[in-house]
Amino acid sequence: MILARVVGNIVATQKNERYKNARVMLCQQITPEGEALANTIIALDSVDAGEGDVVLIVQEGWGASTAATGEQGAAIDSAIVGVVDRIDLLADEIKEAAQ
Amino acid sequence: MIDSPDSPDSLDFMQLARVIGTVVATVKNDSLEGRKLLVVQSLDHELRPQGKPLVALDAIGAGTGELVVWCRGKEASFPFRREDTPTDCTIIAIVDSEAHVTNGSRRR
Repeated sequence: MILARVVGNIVATQKNERYKNARVMLCQQITPEGEALANTIIALDSVDAGEGDVVLIVQEGWGASTAATGEQGAAIDSAIVGVVDRIDLLADEIKEAAQ
Repeated sequence: MIDSPDSPDSLDFMQLARVIGTVVATVKNDSLEGRKLLVVQSLDHELRPQGKPLVALDAIGAGTGELVVWCRGKEASFPFRREDTPTDCTIIAIVDSEAHVTNGSRRR
């Protein structure tokens, strides 16, 4: 799973029928520290995430499809599966000592 | 904004990693209920960090600071009873210790 921040959503009237009722979100990948990466991702929402939320995105078709539409086999490879409240990281010195 | 590495953390297969943190997410997909989410940093054969950290689902009881093995893809959901568990990265083993990772260059 990757971490991302929701930066907006996408409206598409003409779309694959399996995308019916889906919320298509535009997300920006971030590091665990919160820094933005140059990677923008489109993901279907399964948890009612909103703009500005830090979210967890699954990038694997089977799980993403089940999470977002309740059924397998839709043409979906990224889904938002959680809204992040907090990330606790090891302090750098502990990280270094462990390595 | 940081450039993503050429080999994105997202396309590789089973790797060694260090657990460097935990993620708290109250609102999440039903099948992730009760599951532990950990931040993992992949390591190369010399145990040096490679690529960007990822978030992995724990299937084995790993904790922060531990050396682990993760698996990616659809197969990552197989350790869980609910096969529809949406995960693409799962911790499937805890390495006994760093001394238990042997390769030619490290043995010297």
